[in-house]
Amino acid sequence: MNGDPADLTIAAAAAAMCAGELSAAALLDAVRRRAAATEAQLHAYLTLDFEGAEQAAAAADAALARGEDLGPLAGIPVAVKDNMCTRGMETTCGSRILSGYHPPYDATAVARLRAAGAVLIGKTNMDEFAMGSSTENSAYGPTRNPWDPERVPGGSSGGSAAVVAAGSALGALGSDTGGSIRQPASLCGVVGFKPTYGLVSRYGLVAFASSLDQIGPFTRTVADAATLFEAVAGHDPSDATSYRGPVPEVRSTLEAGPAGLRVGVVAELAGEGNEPAVLAAFTRTLEALQGAGAEVRELSLPSMSYALDAYYLIAPAECSANLARFDGVRYGLRLPGDTVEEMMAASRRDGFGPEVTRRILLGTYALSAGYYEAFYGRAQKVRTRVIEDFARAYREVDVLVTPTSPTTAFRIGERTDDPLAMYLADVGTIPCNLGGGPGISVPVGLDGQGLPIGFQVLAPPLGEAVLLRAARAVEALAGFSARPAPATSGVG
Amino acid sequence: MGYEAVIGVETHVEVATRSKMFCGCPNGFGAEPNTHICPVCLGLPGALPVPNVRAIEATVSLGLALGAEIAPRSVFHRKNYFYADLPKNYQISQFDLPLCRGGHLDVETETGVRRVGLTRVHLEEDTGKSTHLGESGRIRAAEAVLLDFNRSGVPLMEVVSEPDLRSPEEARAYAAELRALIVALGISEARLEEGQMRFDANVSVRPEGSMALGTKVEIKNMNSLRSLQRALAFEVERQTPLLEAGREVEQETRHWDEAAGVTRAGRSKEESSDYRYFPEPDLVPVTLEAALLERLRSALPELPAARRARYRALGLEPDAARLISEGEGYGDLLDAAVAAGAEARAAALWLSGEVTAHLRRVGMSLASTPLTGAHLAELDALVAAGRLSATAAKEVLAGVLAGEGAPEEVAARRDLIQISDEGVLAAAVAEVLAAHPDELARLRAGEQRLVGFLVGKVMQTTGGKADPRRVSEAIRRAAQ
Repeated sequence: MNGDPADLTIAAAAAAMCAGELSAAALLDAVRRRAAATEAQLHAYLTLDFEGAEQAAAAADAALARGEDLGPLAGIPVAVKDNMCTRGMETTCGSRILSGYHPPYDATAVARLRAAGAVLIGKTNMDEFAMGSSTENSAYGPTRNPWDPERVPGGSSGGSAAVVAAGSALGALGSDTGGSIRQPASLCGVVGFKPTYGLVSRYGLVAFASSLDQIGPFTRTVADAATLFEAVAGHDPSDATSYRGPVPEVRSTLEAGPAGLRVGVVAELAGEGNEPAVLAAFTRTLEALQGAGAEVRELSLPSMSYALDAYYLIAPAECSANLARFDGVRYGLRLPGDTVEEMMAASRRDGFGPEVTRRILLGTYALSAGYYEAFYGRAQKVRTRVIEDFARAYREVDVLVTPTSPTTAFRIGERTDDPLAMYLADVGTIPCNLGGGPGISVPVGLDGQGLPIGFQVLAPPLGEAVLLRAARAVEALAGFSARPAPATSGVG
Repeated sequence: MGYEAVIGVETHVEVATRSKMFCGCPNGFGAEPNTHICPVCLGLPGALPVPNVRAIEATVSLGLALGAEIAPRSVFHRKNYFYADLPKNYQISQFDLPLCRGGHLDVETETGVRRVGLTRVHLEEDTGKSTHLGESGRIRAAEAVLLDFNRSGVPLMEVVSEPDLRSPEEARAYAAELRALIVALGISEARLEEGQMRFDANVSVRPEGSMALGTKVEIKNMNSLRSLQRALAFEVERQTPLLEAGREVEQETRHWDEAAGVTRAGRSKEESSDYRYFPEPDLVPVTLEAALLERLRSALPELPAARRARYRALGLEPDAARLISEGEGYGDLLDAAVAAGAEARAAALWLSGEVTAHLRRVGMSLASTPLTGAHLAELDALVAAGRLSATAAKEVLAGVLAGEGAPEEVAARRDLIQISDEGVLAAAVAEVLAAHPDELARLRAGEQRLVGFLVGKVMQTTGGKADPRRVSEAIRRAAQ
C-alpha cells in the first residue's frame, strides 16, 4: 500500500482492511501520528481518547479476523463534534459552562457510529454552542485552518472540518443549523453534507435551534459522505421530530452522472457579494456540468434575500429557551450566590461567552410580550415563504446550486469585532436550513492564495439521492485532489 | 346592599399514566427522591421529549365528558421561566391551541343544579419539588434547597373554569364534581393528600345584581376541597369590606396559608412574568383522527351525574346515591348485586353501613376484599327469607369480608341459619307449650307478658335459631 493510511478515503481504507492489507490498529496508529503532528498547531480536537479508540480498533480487528462483515465503517477512525453527547467522554459544546461535563448517555448518532464499528477517536472543537462561523467562539481557543494556520477553518463545526482535511480522522460528524457543516467544509476543502431535517436523530445533540439543527458528515469524498450518512440516518423513537419513513436510497444513483440533470442557479446567491475567485470557480463548475449534459438555468428565489434576517430571529429565539437549562443547578459550572437566583445568574454570566450571550438576549427580546408578532411571528412567515420558493423552484429543476461561502477562509481575528460581517458568511447556507431540505458542499478548486472553494448543491426534502448524484458529478468534474501541506513537524 | 362573589377555578390534576409525560420514567408517588429520573426529565443537554399518547387520550376523554370542543390540531408551547425545580427552565405546556376548549360541568348546589362553563383543558408537565431548609421554611431565608425530580415531567392536566361560580360553597361543589368525574374516567385517583389534584382560583366581589366584574385576585396553593372553600371565603370577606368602604381591591396574586387560615400577598414584582410562549420545536403538533375520537367517545364510562340519577331512580336517597356513585368500586359492586337479584336499597345500606365501617376499621379498599355482588344478593335473599336475622346478617357479612366464604357457607359454619321450616317451628312451639301448661293458661287469661317468657323458652330449645318474630306469632295463635 502506498502513502500514509491517514490520507485514505473511508472507502479505500475499508477495502484495504477487507483485503487484509491494513488493520484497524495500524490505521488508528497512522491517524494518531497525524494528530500528534498537527494538533499543536491546529487545535481541532477538544478531547482525544486513544485508549477507547484502541479498544474499538482491536474489536474491529478481532471481528475481521473471524471473517465477520461489519460493514464499511468497521475500524474507521472518526471524530465527533463536541456538541454530541458521548457516554463518559467530556462534552463541552465549546463552552466554559459545560467544562468537565461527562454525559451519562450516547447521542443516537454516536451510538449508531459505534454500532457500525467505527472507531471514535475524539471530540472536535466548535464555536460555543454552535454559534459562529469561524470556531473562534470556542471557550477553549480557536481552531486553525490546515491550509493556512493564520486563517479560520469556518464554523461552527470547524474542528470536524479541520481534522478531516488534516488527516487526523477519516471522517467526522458535525451539526448544521445555518451552514455549520457546509461552510467549514468549503473553507477546509472537504465534503460537508447536511441531510434533510429529521433524517438523522437529534437525540443527544445539544440543541442550538431545535427546528434547524441537523447532524451530518464531513468526509473527503461524496461516496464517503453517503457511507457515514447511511450509518447514522433513520427513524429514532427518542426524537419526536425524527422522520418515520424509510431513509432515501442514495447508493444506486450515486454514479449516474450529470446528463439530463436539471440544475438551477439561485440568482440571488450567485452574483455580486461573492469573491471573484469564488464566482470564477462556481462558473467553471457550471460550465463543466453543462458540458457533461446537465441542463443549467438561472432561477430567482426572492425570499433568499430575507432568509438571513429571519434566521437571526428564529435561531436566537429557540436558543434562548434551549440554553436556559444551563443554570448551575444540576450540572456544569456553578458559581456561588446568596440565593438560588443569584447563583444561576452568576453561573450564566461567567459560563457563556459574548456571542452566546448576544444571541440569548436577541432571542429573549424577539419572544417578549409585545414584540413576538413583529419579530418571531414575521420571521416564521418569511420561513414559510422560503419553503414556498424552494417548492416552486423544485418544480422546474432537480437541484439548486450556489457558492457555499461568498469568501474563502478569512484571517483569524478579522471579523471577531464585527458580528454582522461574521453573520454574512452564512448567507448562502441559511436558506437550506429554513427550508428543511438537504445541502452539501463539494470542494471544486483553490483561489489565488491556495485556499479551497466550495460548491453548494441543494435538493428538496428527502431528495438525498439526486443531491448526492449531483454532488458526485461535481466532484468528478472538478477533479479536486489538492491536500493541505502537511504540518512541518511533530510539535506536541 | 348585598355582595356576591365571582369565582373561576383552575384545577391541576396529575394524570395516572404508567410513565411520565415526555419520557419513560415511572409516574409514581412516594419513591426515594431522585430515583424516577432520566436525561429527559432532568433536562440534561441533548435530551428530547416524546409525548405520552395515553396522557393525551385521557385529556381528550375528559374533554369529551365535558362536552368540550376537541382540537383537531393542538400544539405544545414552551413556557419560559427560571426556577430551580424546573429542569429545562421552561415548562412544556399549551398556549393558544389547547387540546380541549369550552364544555361545561353540571354541579349540584344547595340552590339547585348550576351549569359551570369550562374555558379549556390542556396538558403540560409537572415540575420537580423544592424543599427549603432553614428556620422559616420560606424561600428567602432558606439555608439550602433540596430538589427532588421524581415529579418532574409527570403529566399534568389543567382544567380552567369560566368565572361562573358565585360562592365558596359552589366552588367547592364544582371541584368535588370535577374530581368525581376524573376518578370515574380513570384519569387519576385524584388523591388530594398526595397533591394529585391542586387548585388555584380567581375571585372578585361585586354588588349583587351588577353585571360588571370587580378587580380579580388570584389565589394559589389550595390542596384540598376544604382549603379551596376556606381560602375563597377568607378572600370574599377580605374584599367585601374594602368595597363597602369605597376602596379598591388590588389586582394581585395571593397565596393561601393553610396553617394560618389566611391569604397573603405575593411580591408583585416576582409575579409579573412574561413567559415568552412559543411553539415547542422539539415536538410536532398533535393531530387527532376522527376514528380515535370515536373510539374514546364510545369508551367513556357512565358519568357520575348519570349514575347518581340511576341510583335515585332505584330508590336510593340522594346522599346514598352520591356515596355509592363516588366511593371507589361501590357503584360497580352495587350494580353487580342488583344484577344478581339484590334489592338496591338493601344492598346500598350494607355498602354504606357495614362495609364502609369495616373498610375504615381495617384501612383497606373495597377492591382488596373478597366481597362480590353475588354475595350481597345472597345475603339479601337470606334475610328476606327469614333465614338470617338482621344481627346474624351483620356477623355473616363480617365473615364474608374476612374471606371466610359466601354468606350461606359462613352462616352455616357459624350456625346462624334460622329455622325457616314451618313444621319444625310449630313442633318446637307445641313442645314448649305442652311443658308449660300453667303459663299457657295464664296467657289465655290475658297475661300478655308471658309471650316473652314462652318465646324465650322456644329460643332456648332451638338453640337461638328460631325467628323470634315468627315464634311469638305462633304462640299468640296457639293462645287464642
